[in-house]
Amino acid sequence: MYPEDLLYTEDHEWIKVEDGVATMGITDFAQNELGDIVFVELPEEDEEFDQGDAMGVVESVKAVSDIYMPVSGTVVEANEEVMDAPELVNSDPYGEGWLVKIQLSDESQLDALMSAEDYEASLE
Amino acid sequence: MSEGQDLRKTPLFDIHEKYGGKIIDFGGWALPVQYEGILEEHRAVREAAGLFDVSHMGEVRVTGPEALACVDFLLTNDLSVIADNQIMYSPMCYPDGGTVDDLLTYRVGENEFLMVVNAANAEKDYQWIAEQAAAFDVEVVDESPDTAQLALQGPRAEAILRAVADRDPADIGFFRFDADVSVAGHAALVSRTGYTGEDGFEIYCAPEDAPGIYEALMEAGEDHGLQPAGLGARDTLRFEAALPLYGQELGPDISPLEAKLGFAVKLDAGDFIGRDALKRAKEEGLAKRLVGFEMQERGVPRTGYPIYDTDGEEVGHVSSGSFSPTLGKNIGLGFVPPKMIKWGTQLQIGVRKRKLSAVVVKIPFYQREG
Repeated sequence: MYPEDLLYTEDHEWIKVEDGVATMGITDFAQNELGDIVFVELPEEDEEFDQGDAMGVVESVKAVSDIYMPVSGTVVEANEEVMDAPELVNSDPYGEGWLVKIQLSDESQLDALMSAEDYEASLE
Repeated sequence: MSEGQDLRKTPLFDIHEKYGGKIIDFGGWALPVQYEGILEEHRAVREAAGLFDVSHMGEVRVTGPEALACVDFLLTNDLSVIADNQIMYSPMCYPDGGTVDDLLTYRVGENEFLMVVNAANAEKDYQWIAEQAAAFDVEVVDESPDTAQLALQGPRAEAILRAVADRDPADIGFFRFDADVSVAGHAALVSRTGYTGEDGFEIYCAPEDAPGIYEALMEAGEDHGLQPAGLGARDTLRFEAALPLYGQELGPDISPLEAKLGFAVKLDAGDFIGRDALKRAKEEGLAKRLVGFEMQERGVPRTGYPIYDTDGEEVGHVSSGSFSPTLGKNIGLGFVPPKMIKWGTQLQIGVRKRKLSAVVVKIPFYQREG
């Protein structure tokens, strides 16, 4: 449920880094806690954020939840499909349910993120 | 995930855990917000059937020679027009026209009425009813601790209940009840009522009989698509049907006239608590009115979000809002000045930092056929 090739945050986001670009989404734990997701709001391309900034929103039937930047950087792509079909976040949180791609501004921030093992332990 | 030790449990708590209910603190009660998922449970109730535990609801029985006069004085609706075994919906008001609660009153006989009140208000209501009843020759008893309640809701409800009841539920008309039904061998009061906008029944029984009735219904409902349903679906279902929720569409500072419940306020059918204030408010013009609206831009309205007019002036607030599973749209209920209640009126809803366009539409948003 927590793929080993991803890094995780305390806010229940995952990121996957390839060539300086991080793809991020929310974890299986987060989507399960939220329940049926019915709305996703994401930032525009080229918007810049610091690590920890609220940059989007995921809403389930009952709850509104901010999405935080796991690392500082610039948004290079937001997932259009997931805005039209928010249920993808429930059905495939690490795949089609990804949220944004970020050009990292400080790769050293990655060192402080959790491994799959650490994240899973943090949920206990 | 059981939270806290001091939450009150209904007699069906173990059953919720068995069916995978996600337990939350609901006004001090440990109750399931969902089992499989709110959308799936919502759909089940609209298309087949759902089974809810509503044992947290309060029951207050008023008996005595002046029982009818007493309930009629407490309630804004005209209780004199219903017959035995009939049920009436009514708000209950304070002298200033604000709302104590909204409830169902079951007429057992001229000298006996059963009032079913919201869980969050149960103690407050009992106190209020008992205080007002002191002027009448009646006895008021809080039967909440001795009563469990299940709600079987959806188009398949009648067929499911028929399989386990000792009489045909088709004989119980809408807003009528039978106080002497055997359900799976247990004594129960069965009424054709609900809070979902669908056909369905509410079943009152002794707490110790609730698990047996619940399991018998689940078994009888297996081939009908019956699912356990939680508080989440209960809220989205009542919301689509525009049934008011106390605390959101009703409260001490909201009159039933403002909440679009004029059909249950009979100003010319005898005195009741709040009548003078409501009459005056109606003559002088209401301060606010409840409307339904549909979002025209991407965003989900939520309780408490501000409502603006097209000039950007704040004019009201959202009382309930959600993605509507049946309509596939984001819709809301809210209070606005009376001049803005016409269908087609443009509104703006404050969603986080933005003002998003919405339009006033007809309520209820959803109405079942037939």
